[in-house]
Amino acid sequence: MTTITRKPENPTAHLTEADIEQIGIELDAIRQDVIDSRGERDAAYIRRLVDVQRRLELGSRAVLLGSAIPPLWVLGTVGLSVAKILENMEIGHNVMHGQWDWMRDPKIHSTTWEWDNASTSDGWKHSHNEVHHTYTNIVGKDNDLGYGIMRVDEDQRWVPFYLLQPLWNFVNACVFEYGIAAYDLELGKNLRIPKEKRSAEFQENLAKTLRKIRKQATKDYVVHPLLALPFGGAVGALAGNLVANVVRNVWSHSVIMCGHFPEGVETFERAAIPEDETRGEWYLRQMLGSANISGGKVTHLMTGNLSHQIEHHLFPDLPSNRYAEVAPKVQALFEKYDLNYHEAPLPQQLYSAWHKVVRLSLPNDWLATTTPKNLPSQLKTLWAMSTKGPKVRRAAQARLTQLARRQQVAASEQAGSAAA
Amino acid sequence: MVDMTTAHLPASVGGRPTGLGRTLRERVRTAARSVAESAVTPLDLDDLLDHFHPLRRGAELSGRVLEVVPETAQSATLVIKPGRDWAGHVPGQYVRVGVDVEGVRLWRTYSLTHGPRADGSISITVKAIEGGTVSNHLVHRTAPGTMLRLAQADGDFVLPQPLPAKLLLVTAGSGITPVIGMLRNLFSRATPPTTDIVLIHSALSRAEVIFAEEIRGYAARGLIRLVELHTDTDGLLDVDSLDELVPDLAARPTYACGPAGLLDALEAHHSARGLVLHTERFRPVTVAAPGEGGTVTFADGREVSADGSTPILDAAESAGVLMPSGCRMGICMGCVLPLKEGAVRDLRNGALTVAVPGETDPAGVPIQTCVSAPAGACSVDHS
Repeated sequence: MTTITRKPENPTAHLTEADIEQIGIELDAIRQDVIDSRGERDAAYIRRLVDVQRRLELGSRAVLLGSAIPPLWVLGTVGLSVAKILENMEIGHNVMHGQWDWMRDPKIHSTTWEWDNASTSDGWKHSHNEVHHTYTNIVGKDNDLGYGIMRVDEDQRWVPFYLLQPLWNFVNACVFEYGIAAYDLELGKNLRIPKEKRSAEFQENLAKTLRKIRKQATKDYVVHPLLALPFGGAVGALAGNLVANVVRNVWSHSVIMCGHFPEGVETFERAAIPEDETRGEWYLRQMLGSANISGGKVTHLMTGNLSHQIEHHLFPDLPSNRYAEVAPKVQALFEKYDLNYHEAPLPQQLYSAWHKVVRLSLPNDWLATTTPKNLPSQLKTLWAMSTKGPKVRRAAQARLTQLARRQQVAASEQAGSAAA
Repeated sequence: MVDMTTAHLPASVGGRPTGLGRTLRERVRTAARSVAESAVTPLDLDDLLDHFHPLRRGAELSGRVLEVVPETAQSATLVIKPGRDWAGHVPGQYVRVGVDVEGVRLWRTYSLTHGPRADGSISITVKAIEGGTVSNHLVHRTAPGTMLRLAQADGDFVLPQPLPAKLLLVTAGSGITPVIGMLRNLFSRATPPTTDIVLIHSALSRAEVIFAEEIRGYAARGLIRLVELHTDTDGLLDVDSLDELVPDLAARPTYACGPAGLLDALEAHHSARGLVLHTERFRPVTVAAPGEGGTVTFADGREVSADGSTPILDAAESAGVLMPSGCRMGICMGCVLPLKEGAVRDLRNGALTVAVPGETDPAGVPIQTCVSAPAGACSVDHS
């Protein structure tokens, strides 16, 4: 991706300042419609969901006690995986956004909720609700873009380290809850500071997170296996919990990747965001910086309605069960203002996001210019760029860019002659 | 006001267990609980148990509506089975009830209309007020099985022990509710008390008298002397007519419950004559007309003024109050604080949020300070 302001054609160039403010007004009206009509039905939805999730989790854990019998292991592990996904996605994430605060029920409230995840709810609310949702897709400010360990933009200079980023991304997916905890703490940045100079706030948050990780791990990997021990299911329970955690991690990582990472989702340059960004401008950035996953009710539920990522980013505090009905209105608004409503099925979005991870792990234009025929010479270039110094890299990069331009020209000429 | 002592309340159940056996049992219990807690973290064990048995001992206090009995066209009695931790009450006391109306938890206070009952249930009698969100919901749209949040009974509007020889009870409208609890309690005893009781009750019309059958029945059985007034034919109760209605007024401590106008008049009348008066006031549910801007008082007493377009967060910060904050645009919930009293206006859509002590959530109503401006004086639980 290239930040929107560096693109040859800015997709918002056709909008006037007045248009942008009008978009804000129209989106506010859509939001108000939901606020005016939320009520008993919505409250019943979240209460029922929490109830179902609690029972599913307890039931699955009970089944895992008998995990010495293989079908029970499968049943318990599938149930626990689903329970953990529901808890993190449709319940935890959304409750912590304050989507249900309007019910004034202290038990289902952003200020009291704690979720089944390595990161503490306080840490998450800061890095996700505050930083990511406010500075969505601003390179260098929104840590969700590559979590600080990946190359997410052509303008980030390529170094050989990035060759490993598909691997990092996969490892991060498997241990995603710990990745989130680390980046809530801004662990990388803080660990670079000498120990005695780290802020008291960081030390305190670190202690809280470690305490939570210990309690979470004790529950999943000690207490439940021990409870299953008399039934001969200790190993099965341990494995079931481990698998459920990994499934939840990979699933939530995938959904989140689909939200902001597929090709075509816009990113923004820090310097191009005005100090006093208006509500309309903020809305516009959310509209272009998110992508939806199309699908049925189960997809929406299991993604915590982050399948409606665009609607979620426009209205992070509206109850998630309402995004589906808001979506057509939002889509109409996109059409009215000639903007790209980015929506595709899960496999497509996931492929697109992974394709981008791989593409950016390689030098700019390397993937695009590689054909089966020139593969040997391309690999030679890549090898040279990876093993030799910056000078070689710069020269090779220039050649790649030139090659890409030439191929583009050739392709357009070919298209031209074909048309003629 | 009557000095309420704990002696009136039924002794709390149990107490510390003694002896070796109990200690062991308690230890096992504590150990089992800590294992259970470590098995359900990060959930609270009690929150989880609430999904299965919300009325158990140790649960946050709530109650299940067993029965909704219409009293008049606009009032009904709700018989409620309270959670096991209900500590009991004295007739005349009130209970704070948390009701989900249109999905929103709202709190109101109602008098308990029975003495302690043999079946352990409690009851409140609610009159649907015009435009009253909660009262209309409870009277007209509440079905048996509905769960309500409860607080423990409270209030010092109770009869003294021992009972005086003579009593005057003055009630108007739904002001009869605490008094009916007192009367039911007295007359359900095997030997009714010998106290000479006069009840003056004023209602809008004959059809509007709540518990009409019952109080007329007490009068017919000679248990009380009833003076029933109907505003449509008799006009409002005039305190100057008390001497006429109750010739031995001076010999009777007076217990009164009703609209503020009546209670104010009674207080003036009784204090001028040096007579004993106990009153129970129903608090208004809404604050005085919300304004634009106002003074925000913090828990430590600091006061900050803000106009109707300045978020409380900004005003407080510029006055040097250390505030929790986040996105400053109403999306991250990093600035939420409980509003204890007063009203605030959401700057995004003008929506009002009101907190009234004793009527809304006891812990305060959470507000987003970054998008809320004061709408009149208000206080925020933060320092």
